[in-house]
Amino acid sequence: MAGREYLHQLSSEARLGRPKGWLARLHLDPLLLLLLVILCGAGMVILFSGSNGDMETLERQGVRLGLAFLVMFAFAQIDPAVYRRWGPWIYAVGVLALIAVAVAGVGAKGAQRWLQLPGLPRVQPSEFMKIAMPLTAAWYLGTRPLPPRLSQVAVCLALIVIPVGLIANQPDLGTALLIAASGLFVLFLGGIRWKIIASFAALVGLAAPVMWFFGMREYQKQRVLTFLNPESDPLGSGWNIMQSKTAIGSGGLSGKGYLEGTQSHLDFLPESHTDFIVAVLAEEFGFMGIIALVAVYVMIVMRGLYIAAYAQDAYGRLLAGSITLTFFVYAFVNMGMVSGLLPVVGVPLPLVSYGGTSIVTLMAAFGVLMSIHTHRRFLTY
Amino acid sequence: MRWGTFKDTASERRLFQRRALVSLFVVLGLISIVLGRFYYLQLVQHQTYSTLSEKNRVQVQSIPPTRGLIYDRNGVLLAQNRPVFSVTVVPERVTSIDAVLDRIDQLIGIPEGDAERFRKRVKEYRRPFEPIPVRYNLTEQEIATLAVHRHGLPGVEVDAELVRYYPHASLTAHALGYVGRINENELRRVDPIDYAGTNYIGKLGVEDVYEDILHGTVGYQNVETNARGRVLRVLEKLNPVPGDDLRLHLDIRLQSLAMELLDGRRGAIVAIEPATGGILALASAPSFDANQFVTGIGSKSYQALRESLDLPLFNRALRGQYPPGSTIKPMMAIGGLDSDTVTPQKTIWDPGFYSLPSSDRVYRDWKRQGHGRVDLRESIAQSCDTYFYEMGYKMGVDTMSDYLARFSFGQDATLDVGGALPGLLPTREWKRGRHSLPWFPGDSVNMSIGQGFMLATPMQLATATAMTANRGKWAAPRMLQSLNQGTDAASVLPATTLGDLELQRTEDWDYVIAGMEDVMHGKRGTGRAAGAGATYRIAGKSGTAQVFSLQKDQEYNAEELAERLRDHALFVAFAPADDPQIAVAVMVENGGSGSGVAAPLAREMLDAWILGFPEPPRDFDTVASMESR
Repeated sequence: MAGREYLHQLSSEARLGRPKGWLARLHLDPLLLLLLVILCGAGMVILFSGSNGDMETLERQGVRLGLAFLVMFAFAQIDPAVYRRWGPWIYAVGVLALIAVAVAGVGAKGAQRWLQLPGLPRVQPSEFMKIAMPLTAAWYLGTRPLPPRLSQVAVCLALIVIPVGLIANQPDLGTALLIAASGLFVLFLGGIRWKIIASFAALVGLAAPVMWFFGMREYQKQRVLTFLNPESDPLGSGWNIMQSKTAIGSGGLSGKGYLEGTQSHLDFLPESHTDFIVAVLAEEFGFMGIIALVAVYVMIVMRGLYIAAYAQDAYGRLLAGSITLTFFVYAFVNMGMVSGLLPVVGVPLPLVSYGGTSIVTLMAAFGVLMSIHTHRRFLTY
Repeated sequence: MRWGTFKDTASERRLFQRRALVSLFVVLGLISIVLGRFYYLQLVQHQTYSTLSEKNRVQVQSIPPTRGLIYDRNGVLLAQNRPVFSVTVVPERVTSIDAVLDRIDQLIGIPEGDAERFRKRVKEYRRPFEPIPVRYNLTEQEIATLAVHRHGLPGVEVDAELVRYYPHASLTAHALGYVGRINENELRRVDPIDYAGTNYIGKLGVEDVYEDILHGTVGYQNVETNARGRVLRVLEKLNPVPGDDLRLHLDIRLQSLAMELLDGRRGAIVAIEPATGGILALASAPSFDANQFVTGIGSKSYQALRESLDLPLFNRALRGQYPPGSTIKPMMAIGGLDSDTVTPQKTIWDPGFYSLPSSDRVYRDWKRQGHGRVDLRESIAQSCDTYFYEMGYKMGVDTMSDYLARFSFGQDATLDVGGALPGLLPTREWKRGRHSLPWFPGDSVNMSIGQGFMLATPMQLATATAMTANRGKWAAPRMLQSLNQGTDAASVLPATTLGDLELQRTEDWDYVIAGMEDVMHGKRGTGRAAGAGATYRIAGKSGTAQVFSLQKDQEYNAEELAERLRDHALFVAFAPADDPQIAVAVMVENGGSGSGVAAPLAREMLDAWILGFPEPPRDFDTVASMESR
């Protein structure tokens, strides 16, 4: 019932046509923008605590966020037709770059993830792929009749497997999974038949033990084992998860108070300003803080799905839907990992965790989302 | 769009919207799982994780109590505590123990044994994040070197702890014992809570006997620490109670004199205050520096001490068991008189030897030509063996053993010296059990002059002499005089060990003591050379203990025997004879003649105690203050 009402509401709003207002003329979606600003603002507040009041960290994050919003603004101005046209090329360049990384990449801690071209800053091609993957999958499926035929599904899966395999081989399991997810979401939203989904799921179920014995590296196995039994190694790899659960659990309903978290401020919580920042929130603001954060994420996801549902065409729908769901996967995997539901894979809390190119990539994706929403020319209804 | 394909936009939109709706439900489902997880952790399991978080943050640290000090009877410090700096490593906080040890070795050097001991302690049971010492006794230079390189050495700290120090070093080693690092066995024995944070425990002697009193009571503090174990603030504190100070009967001046007298020899001197049983001096030579043992002695030095032929670690005063020789003649005389075996009037003719009625075996007197006609008093003074041979034969082993036992022979009658051995007082039962032979009359003859099976420690000789000086009143030998915290020593000392010896005729004591005075002051006394010129009356008795027994008729020639086969020289004495202030027993291993070698040492001890010490010894403090100037 609720679903039908929601659909009804979506369609009634959609009749209003192209968004109005000065923000819309700048190709920005006011509601999504507001939610993103709230999230990033709250993120800075938590980061201040999570980094132990380190102003340098805060400044750099501020600069990065400013840059990310500029990128989002820029991406929002570009017509979706341009993305549709150039997406496959970006994808092709990205795959070539990934091959180059595999051959001559540079890296650290046993993973080879970066490409160092003379005279250019170091780039991480897998980060490009986060955008290129949904662009390409949406381009391939969105321009063909839906639901896709089995052969098209196969081609689309091949498009996914090539970069994902290269990235998993670096090895960077977290990013590989996220990119695979973004491609698979396009397939799912494109209407791939349930039968295929079911048999695919069965195949994965069968392949898992094979992967365990032949495909996974020792440290990856170790992560899974530690996830299954974190107490087995309380000073080694289980330490992180034990400490983050302790931080979360000791927060209780309303938390220990801002800047009063002992787990994070006495350095028991590792990575308290990056991957495990949600534990800082949970410790200092309690379950209520977590509900507030989750509410913001859910509202962003709902807004994204709304934009997708009323996109101009199939390409826009698939692209917007994939971007939105991938964003959700970020948040879900991170919170699941920090709370001990999922194994520890290096996925930051989107737009809150300190660092990296991930914030810029995410905001670029939101720029694409806004572009889809604000470049609609006419109503199909 | 290729030819022939048909794109139904309306149905595609509916299809997408259905799929978007499914996605939304999945999203909401997953979010519910995440929220459920946080609900579980934060509300259901809140108590558990709060406790874990507090355990992370708050650590209980024990504050070890300061060990009680030990003073001599005049308040001179014998055992104190001084800060010693050591470098410690917390194994949990270093990545590679080998690398850290190498680095420290480069900077300040680690002796072989210390590195080995460190590795052993890492493997042993210990509290997590407990710092383990790598090297002790850092100099200021070494502390500075470590401080400069501190940034490159996480988990490495310089710690100061109070460590036992014996300012008189080897002078008091055998009298006080010493403390050392607690080992695993001791850790199991003591209350682990009370010893949390304490690294030392009394190993031997007074330090061991009074461990409970000296140790004190442990204190605690709750501290907030960060993940690297650094203490950020103290939340709560309960101060430790320091151990009680001990005041001993020992007089360091007399102790120093005894050690000085024994210098260059192997032997022991024990001095006792007869009225109280207080031990005034307890010297065993050669000795060793007990400070070496406190922080752990290097294996090379330890081996040297252990393998020395002179056995410096051997406490001869308490654990050296020697045939007492003629020094037991006064006690034997008390037995003979009180058991009515002999009377003061009884005399014998000593031809220089004694033989049993039904045997041709001859027991020689030390004086070949014999002492002629002697009574008991003269026999004590001249140490006539023949008189005692006959008396011992008549008394029999049972009577002799009974009387000697009253003088503490054959048992450890000390209250608190720790580790004293009982010697050996032979009985019929003992001989049957030990040698599967009956007691022969000849055994009694040998026993009457302290030879044969009987063994006694210098401590027992001093104890028996003090009892003679007391005329039978028993005062168990003891170290502790009082506790400085006001507790009476009697409340911590164990119950007394023996009772008074009451004779049928108390004048027998005076008779025997008169014989002992004749030893020192009589015309033919064996100790008259040592007693010459004394301004007070001394009662003494010499003794010579055979290291191995001579064959019948074999001539004794000291020069021909290797030095270590020479007789042990013994002497016991007390003074003044009518009001005894001090009883002393002197034993010089392989010294030869008791009256010639041991008696002069005893005389010096008595002189010092009764006439006063020649000059105040330059004690440690004055030396130190001169050096600092």
